[in-house]
Amino acid sequence: MTYTVAGVIAVLAALAYDLLLARTRLVRRRAFWTAYAIMLGCQLIVNGVLTGVPVVRYDPRRITGVRLVYAPVEDLMFGFAMVLVTLTTWVLLGRRGAAATRAEALAVQPGRAAAAQPQRDR
Amino acid sequence: MAHLLYLGLLAACLVGTAPLELFLHVRVYARWRRLLGAVLPVLVLFGAWDLVGSATRTWTYNSAYLLGLRLPGRLPVEELLFFLVVPSCAVLTYEAVRVRRPRWSYGDEADIGPGDDAGDPADGTAPAEVSGTHVRNQP
Repeated sequence: MTYTVAGVIAVLAALAYDLLLARTRLVRRRAFWTAYAIMLGCQLIVNGVLTGVPVVRYDPRRITGVRLVYAPVEDLMFGFAMVLVTLTTWVLLGRRGAAATRAEALAVQPGRAAAAQPQRDR
Repeated sequence: MAHLLYLGLLAACLVGTAPLELFLHVRVYARWRRLLGAVLPVLVLFGAWDLVGSATRTWTYNSAYLLGLRLPGRLPVEELLFFLVVPSCAVLTYEAVRVRRPRWSYGDEADIGPGDDAGDPADGTAPAEVSGTHVRNQP
């Protein structure tokens, strides 16, 4: 399997984790995209050094050859998937921490707590 | 000195994001158990991918810019650090956005419950979390 195919699969798997499995829906929040834009800038610098020097070399037969600041476009897919998986788990763990509080609220007013949480910023 | 290049890049990532924890008070390292919970699965998953890519020689490392310490699978030790440093920087960035834009939604707004993230009432992070909760409760 080429790095390109693996990269596409990783992005799709990360999206499925965020949207379907964890239901954190980060890709539908501007907070995620704002953070990702900042990270992408940093990644292009760090990745640019790693692939420009180069510290890491790629087998040209396994990548498309499309590059951005020296980095193969596949590295950006890899980076995006890694960031999305990390933040999805981070947010998921934050929800777990809040579960006790939420359960308390639900016990007091069944149904009300859920209704009082409009879906914002989607 | 060239041997320190990759390690130096990773150190630069940590130094560059340190002010977020120190001055913006994002409390990511302070919530280290939650951070490990988010980072370790990534380390295992993407580290495995790295091993496969390395074993199939899809990518190769230039030892001139590495410390020379190799892990099982001949993976440079810098790669292991990469999978700890970069996801941590991602979380630091996300939390920095939250501090600067507390009214946006982040997916875990009720994050004021007990446990690892209950936080220290004496530190300055409670207002951001509380204001997030506030927004949710508006019709």
